[in-house]
Amino acid sequence: MKQFLSFIKKEFYHVFRDTKSLLLLFGLPIAQIVLFGFALTNEIKNTSIAIYDQAHDPASRSISEQFAQSPQFNLVKNIRNQDEIEAVFKAGEAKLVVVFPPNFEQDIQHENKAEVQLIADASDPNTANTLTVYASNIIMDYQKELMLTTTIPISIQTDMRFLYNPELKGAPNFVPGVMALILTLISVLMTSVSIVREKENGTMEILLVSPFNPLMVIISKAVPYLVLSLANVTMILLLSVFLLEMPINGSIVLLYAESTLLILTALSLGLLISNITNSQQVAMIVSLMGMLLPTLLFSGFMFPIENMPLPLQLISNLVPAKWYYIIIKDIMIKGVGFMSIWKETLILTSMTAFLLTMSLKKFNIRLAK
Amino acid sequence: MKTLSFLLQKEFKQIFRNPTLLRLIIAVPIIQLMILPLAADYEIKNINLAVVDVDKSRYSEELIQKITASGYFVNIGTTTSFDEAFSWIEEDKADLILEIPENFERNLIRENKERLFMAINAINGVKANMGGAYLGQIIQSYNAEVRMEWIPDTKVPPMPTISISSLNWFNPSLNYDFFMVPGILVFLVTMVGTYMTALNIVKEKEVGTIEQINVTPIKKLHFTLAKLIPFLVIGIFVFTLGLFIVARLVYGIVPAGNIGMIYAYLFLYLISVLGVGLLLSNYSQTQQQAMSLAFFFVMIFLLMGGLFTSIDAMPLWAKWIAYLNPVSYFIDFMRLVVMKGSTFADVKHHFMVICGFAVFFNTWAVISYKKTS
Amino acid sequence: MAIVRIAPAVNGYFAAGILPAKEVAMSNYVIEAENLTKRFGDFTAVNEISFHVEKGEIFGFLGANGAGKTTAMRMLCGLSIPSSGKATIAGFDVYKQTESIKQNIGYMSQKFSLYEDLTVLENITFFGGIYGLSRKEIAVKADQLLHELGLFDHENTLVGSLPLGWKQKLAFSVAIFHEPSIVFLDEPTGGVDPVTRRQFWDLIYKASDAGITVFVTTHYMDEAEYCNRISMMVDGEIKALDTPENLKKQFNARSMDDVFFELARGAKRSGD
Repeated sequence: MKQFLSFIKKEFYHVFRDTKSLLLLFGLPIAQIVLFGFALTNEIKNTSIAIYDQAHDPASRSISEQFAQSPQFNLVKNIRNQDEIEAVFKAGEAKLVVVFPPNFEQDIQHENKAEVQLIADASDPNTANTLTVYASNIIMDYQKELMLTTTIPISIQTDMRFLYNPELKGAPNFVPGVMALILTLISVLMTSVSIVREKENGTMEILLVSPFNPLMVIISKAVPYLVLSLANVTMILLLSVFLLEMPINGSIVLLYAESTLLILTALSLGLLISNITNSQQVAMIVSLMGMLLPTLLFSGFMFPIENMPLPLQLISNLVPAKWYYIIIKDIMIKGVGFMSIWKETLILTSMTAFLLTMSLKKFNIRLAK
Repeated sequence: MKTLSFLLQKEFKQIFRNPTLLRLIIAVPIIQLMILPLAADYEIKNINLAVVDVDKSRYSEELIQKITASGYFVNIGTTTSFDEAFSWIEEDKADLILEIPENFERNLIRENKERLFMAINAINGVKANMGGAYLGQIIQSYNAEVRMEWIPDTKVPPMPTISISSLNWFNPSLNYDFFMVPGILVFLVTMVGTYMTALNIVKEKEVGTIEQINVTPIKKLHFTLAKLIPFLVIGIFVFTLGLFIVARLVYGIVPAGNIGMIYAYLFLYLISVLGVGLLLSNYSQTQQQAMSLAFFFVMIFLLMGGLFTSIDAMPLWAKWIAYLNPVSYFIDFMRLVVMKGSTFADVKHHFMVICGFAVFFNTWAVISYKKTS
Repeated sequence: MAIVRIAPAVNGYFAAGILPAKEVAMSNYVIEAENLTKRFGDFTAVNEISFHVEKGEIFGFLGANGAGKTTAMRMLCGLSIPSSGKATIAGFDVYKQTESIKQNIGYMSQKFSLYEDLTVLENITFFGGIYGLSRKEIAVKADQLLHELGLFDHENTLVGSLPLGWKQKLAFSVAIFHEPSIVFLDEPTGGVDPVTRRQFWDLIYKASDAGITVFVTTHYMDEAEYCNRISMMVDGEIKALDTPENLKKQFNARSMDDVFFELARGAKRSGD
């Protein structure tokens, strides 16, 4: 045990003596959380639109006015003929064109019925979809105003309540997601690279011939990174509470326990990668290029997992960040207790156990050679 | 030029001598391009709906039936207790609760109006908003049906109605692959280029061979070019595989615009991001440092590139970061040229900016490479 | 570039008129250092060292670990700019003409610095090429070199899989492949067996006979005896400089070991 402690101490010296790397490992993830916490949102804001008004009457002007004033849209152009619509899209000037037919107001008044056309640039289909819904809402609102004067028989009204995030901000969704993403990647990266580096330099052999359980050697290498990652968690939580105004509704102790669990899972994954690779470059390509996009997409905070084809939904279950994202959302935002997340916790625990067993097996095979 | 040929010969030999790495940097992007775009569908569908039906009338059943038939909602359960439905939200089984109050049917007819209550899990604000809007529209249309039942025979609608028709240009079926595939391809090529250049020079630093280079009369420009060109070639190769094999054969995407122009842009773009990689390696002593830096910038490239979330919605300071991000220009360029067939006049600005980046990053990289300390 | 390479010293007389005559013809010294100093913050790694090295000489640069040998050598090679003092290498100034210096020297560092993932021939071709030799010249000279080293059957072997002794000999040969006027060797024989070390010194003598000045640092005192002159560095300063014979006389010592011990025991800095 005393030996083990002295080993861990040595590893701490390694990590903490290289101040530049330390600054990068500690500082950069925090910078990312702040940056992405503020910048990432799937909200629709200030989207450039153009209006093709063939009516030029009070009704069309009034709706145009609504568009211009809405925070979601930014009216950049008034179009004068049909051909201009395509030109506007091709130059990337606007993402939506609102078309009012000639005699718009007349149609409303005399026939009680008129049509507005919304043409979306569907080269970005996700945005096109959302834009159409938002633009429809504006037009519906105008219609409701018109109806205020008449009483409508048999009408169903709806009351809508938004739970957890009444202002529909982006942060409650993206902060836990970015946390899951960055914690996973950083931990995987750090462990895999630090161990492969010793292999590359040949210092690993020296450690392995020491009168010391090789397992301990490996574990002692992971401890400083666990500590470092927990420090990162602390900073990230402080920033989310005080800077991004994200409350922590649940238990902080539980949050730390679950974060430790995720870090352990990621460290074990890093360990496995380091065992199957022989150069830092390969380890980095596997853990960065191989993991960045899958972790991002399959954690589910960017795109809903239930929309994916079934095989991909199954793959998503293998991504630790997915489970951590669910857990952290539940604790931070919904404020639920352990009973609601025991299943996810169990999955992460089994993943860790599996990864550790795998890498130990690989490790023993290497020793036997 | 002669020196450069010797340098290039060496770089290519070293790259080809490491087949594991070479296979990885070609296979990883291609495999990801085949799978990942399928995971990037944001269309709001499959919203899990919990119904609290206290009324249990014909109307309430008809309404639920109509909602489920719309295809947007999956009815995960009907209950009479709001608390039970709420617990489903807490457990993430449901996204949305629709509560139909007692005597809904009776009150609607007798009092001419009645209220329905919706509670939506709004952690993902946009999803919540869209879900609410869809449900609202379905309820309105059901409302119109009921009204027709009681007040039939109206040629002219009883109240002013503005109908909305929506068209989706360039991609009428809202196929998100068309958008995601070129974008993800751009990003994968970016990763290959940035990581590999960043790690390459630093590896020479770590192994010590850079010292031997520094003590020769080699020109800084030559050395930099020799580090850049091989990954430029690999980048173009991966891009070509992605565009002509994966995008065309797997997703059926055929660029609408000029292919030559796409390659011209790719060339300039790769030079800029490789320049970033070179810069990172100049400021790092170890591969670990280079990688932390590369990870940082690649994440910013990815998440602030307008591929997954809109740049328009960012706060002003973040928009500036996006404007300084070469990836956002290439993604935008691809969307314009591949999908809309935009011409050079439409993307002149993109070309100017990327030229600026290429010159800026590479000049900086050449200057900051110090042969003498 | 070609002008610079022939000029200074290769054949023992100066090509006056091709280079500014004054700068080169001043002396017969290929290395001149005066009060050369390097400071890192508060720490003075090299403190006002002055010495001259003649053309064709084998100059030994001795000192304990941390005495400042490598720092001094890096300044002479144009890898590191001095904090103060003066020095010229083959007539070129170490402050302003580092790139011209680099054209005229060879360098072999204590950290093995050929590319392990390239073959023997590929390494030779690469380093020859970046010094401006043509592919034809390289082919001819490489052929000759491989024969001399007895590596002819191994031209397509990866350098990483050669035994250390061969690597060292190859690294030295590559360092003088472009016929520099000076070659700097930083602890070139670390870790190799006595026989190989002997062979290595044969190569050094051969280079010296060909007119190449050899500047070598070493830990091995028996190797010091092979040098024409040696300097002893202690705590960043040169404490003694003479032929091995004279030094032994001066310190009343039987071997260079004793000389070294005598000088080094007063050292304040030691180890790395």
